Amino acid sequence: MELRKDYFADVRKDGLHEIGQPRPRLDSPGHVTGKTAYFADRILPGMLHLKMVRSPHHHARIRSIDTSEAEKHPGVVKVLTAKDVPHNVYTILILIQIGPEDETVLADGKVRWKGEAVAAVLAETERAAQEAAAKVKVDYEVLPAVFDMEEALKPGAPLVNEYHGQNYYLYDSGECRKVRFGDVDAGFAEADHILEQTYQSSPIEHAPTETTGCVVAPEGNDRFTCYTNTQAMFFTLDNASIILQMPGSKLHFVGGTVGGGFGGKVDVIVEPIAILAAKLTGRPVSFIYSREEEMQISSPRAAEKVVIKDGVMKDGRIVARKVTGYTDAGAYSRHSPYGAQKGAAHYPGPYTIPNVWIDTYCVYTNRTPSSAMRGFGVTIGDFALEVQMDKLARLIGMDPLEFRFINAYRDGDMKAHRQPTEGAALIECMQEASRAANWPVADKYMAMSSYRKGA
Amino acid sequence: MAIRRGRGVAAINYPTGMNLGGDPTQALVHSTPTGNFMVTLSSVDLGQGMKQIMAQICAETIGVPTDRVIIDTADTDTGPHCMGTFASRGTHRAGNAVIQAAKEARQVMLEVAAEELEVNASDLETDGQGNILVKGAPQKSISIFDVALSAHFKRGRSISGRGMFLIPRSYPEKETGAMKPSTCYAHACTVAEVEVDDETGEVTVLSVKNVFEIGRALNPKMVEQQLVGGSWMGISHALYETTEPYYPNRDHGGTDFNQYLMPGPGDLAETEIIVLERPSADGPFGAKGPGEMCANPQIPAVANAVFDAVGVRIDTLPITPERILRALKAQAAG
Amino acid sequence: MAKVPVQFTLNGSEKAEFIESGTTLLHALRDKIGDTSPKGGCHQGTCGACSVIIDGELRLSCLTLAETCDGADIRTTAGLAEGGVLHPLQRAFLDAFATQCGFCTPGMIMAAKALLDRTPNPSREEVVEALSGNICRCTGYEPIIQAVLTAARADSQNAA
Ligand code: FES
Ligand code: FES
Repeated sequence: MELRKDYFADVRKDGLHEIGQPRPRLDSPGHVTGKTAYFADRILPGMLHLKMVRSPHHHARIRSIDTSEAEKHPGVVKVLTAKDVPHNVYTILILIQIGPEDETVLADGKVRWKGEAVAAVLAETERAAQEAAAKVKVDYEVLPAVFDMEEALKPGAPLVNEYHGQNYYLYDSGECRKVRFGDVDAGFAEADHILEQTYQSSPIEHAPTETTGCVVAPEGNDRFTCYTNTQAMFFTLDNASIILQMPGSKLHFVGGTVGGGFGGKVDVIVEPIAILAAKLTGRPVSFIYSREEEMQISSPRAAEKVVIKDGVMKDGRIVARKVTGYTDAGAYSRHSPYGAQKGAAHYPGPYTIPNVWIDTYCVYTNRTPSSAMRGFGVTIGDFALEVQMDKLARLIGMDPLEFRFINAYRDGDMKAHRQPTEGAALIECMQEASRAANWPVADKYMAMSSYRKGA
Repeated sequence: MAIRRGRGVAAINYPTGMNLGGDPTQALVHSTPTGNFMVTLSSVDLGQGMKQIMAQICAETIGVPTDRVIIDTADTDTGPHCMGTFASRGTHRAGNAVIQAAKEARQVMLEVAAEELEVNASDLETDGQGNILVKGAPQKSISIFDVALSAHFKRGRSISGRGMFLIPRSYPEKETGAMKPSTCYAHACTVAEVEVDDETGEVTVLSVKNVFEIGRALNPKMVEQQLVGGSWMGISHALYETTEPYYPNRDHGGTDFNQYLMPGPGDLAETEIIVLERPSADGPFGAKGPGEMCANPQIPAVANAVFDAVGVRIDTLPITPERILRALKAQAAG
Repeated sequence: MAKVPVQFTLNGSEKAEFIESGTTLLHALRDKIGDTSPKGGCHQGTCGACSVIIDGELRLSCLTLAETCDGADIRTTAGLAEGGVLHPLQRAFLDAFATQCGFCTPGMIMAAKALLDRTPNPSREEVVEALSGNICRCTGYEPIIQAVLTAARADSQNAA
């Protein structure tokens, strides 16, 4: 790695004692000796193991659940179903007033995606829990399912989630989050060329080497300690408190080093049910996702569809950009409505465009609920935007890197969401890339700056 | 049938912190009797090194070496509130909270030192080695060790501080979308060079040259770790990763690391990392959050390079050999 | 469930346990014996986090039945540092900043140790080959490869 201190030297004070120094990491000696304690390294005497019974159907009504055979299985201590969960219908962002509550801890009357948790089996060993889970009998009436966002948005599509009432998230702005800036139609009218393209992605897994999980210990004084690899301690504690209808003061969450998160450990899925299990059995409980669960049950990065329509002039200026983004939330909201609106804030990318129109939709389908992942709301959008930039440059016969200089935002430029640009550095990154990659651009671009005189 | 080369570029920006703000983090700092400093937080270290960075930030602010700082975090019985480690917010939010708490502790420390040295606190400075000196008269000094002892046993002072950082929440305007999503943005530009086998559709990323602007490299070796790992993940996203290869079809999802593909140690692109630092106005020592954005620019850069190599556009991720071959076939037919 | 006795040496010290037949070595080490340095990243043999060295061979402890290890010599990352002094591989991982979350690290170090024990001066290709059964999601592998090459060099210099 090379630190190019010559850029922005005028606005930076270097020569600090500790900041900017490559100090060794204080946690690494624990890592290399195998002494770092991850949550699963808390092996508690008498610990029970929790395994989920999961829906084999994408969408089905539950007629009945019979746990009697499973309960008789050797080693099984308890089987939990929806009726055991004090506040079974929840949504995690309710803590910041983003509702409605739309998801069940354990399925109640219905499943909306293949893999949804239906019943929790607690047993002395993982094997007994696994075997008993196979003995829980669930009588399903299979319902039509919808997997495609476009299909889901059509009238008459199967309704994925009754708590929403339609297959998209209803923002205060309506069916989508909107950004309106300038006059996009006038921009298209004046443009020399118009290019409209569609980009798509599939769900992506965080794949941390340590799977999601927690170990819960009853402390004997009506308090519960939850060793967890959540990325957000109080967020998880407060949500658990709501779901369990238990004062937060009864809960003690302990984290530590997490074996990778990448956004995959922010969903508050394992902790509430494990705490409930510890409460109802009086025993420590371990609930750790198998690798298969991590891959197919834990929320992935949402699949997205992004439609970009641009108006561009022969001289390289983009004069209008219209973006319609669709985020596939799967069956429940989790963080997806937030991610979709983060996309709205991010478009049209790091470029100054006078006329912008953005709509971002959060769509429900009968698939594994998606949620946050590294680059949440932006990663797929950036793929779309930057491939589109390449196409536009080639359309007008311009070098793709030079084309970006022409449109790059600089200090003081007004963004589509009506914030003036501050602290821009795109131009300098591109100048350095031009040098490093031996991709020459015209001198006038190398002479540009993100600063504006007087700004 | 041939191996074809191409290169592509992409430039991006990325917001630091939870979209629209409203995401608090708090911190407490106190000294032990012998002048070590305890930082108490509830933030989570995901492996990116949050504990180490908070120690360096506290040390710099108080004026002691980093090894005099102890981090106690991710315990809700002891640590004050942190919204969580996500949205590239850890360093920015918790770092600011630690600075505020450390400044308050430093002020008490200087007041105690001033009493011991019989000067004004405003005339004192730290040397970063664990001593407090009188400005302009460095021979007149006292160690932080002695200051802490004095505070605890003689003067009955608590060398401690409280810190909090909160960007007020912004609510998007319904019709126009006017809003304040973030207070600072990191930047990047990546040039990728690929080889595409037009017979098999297989893509080899030969090199990525990444330029990242991250505000301030608080610990350059740790920045490098994160950026190298992120660049790898970006390439992995571009070419391999999905839990549903035939999305929106739900079948054929991978359930283990043999089926869920990522580049292994034998599939690495030559990776160059160049870092620029334009300090942000509200970042701890100017730092922005580089953790997420570092995995973004490789994806479009690789996609553009594939086009440059074989002349077909793959607008659906991941860019698999199957998609490339289908596109080449369509191109030949069309 | 019938319990079977199993006896082996772990990092030089004798261990004897009664375990349920069918228990993996990974479970036996972590849950019974208390050596949590091998990590369970998949329990399916696809991540390498549980790697240990059994009688000089690199093995996945999640796919090894504990009862098959009777009389074996088992080495884990927890036993690598001698007398509080880090093994050159551990030192090299620190110096190369080759750990982030650290979850893959004990497995990586075991894989590297098995390599260096039989090939003290490996080529880059040999290092890559040796690590190819171990998943790391954080580092992008390059720092790990560099750490192993550095450790090999340090070792051969010490020997010279
Ligand atoms: S736990 Fe053994 S290979 Fe993953
Ligand atoms: S350091 Fe996190 S998986 Fe390797």
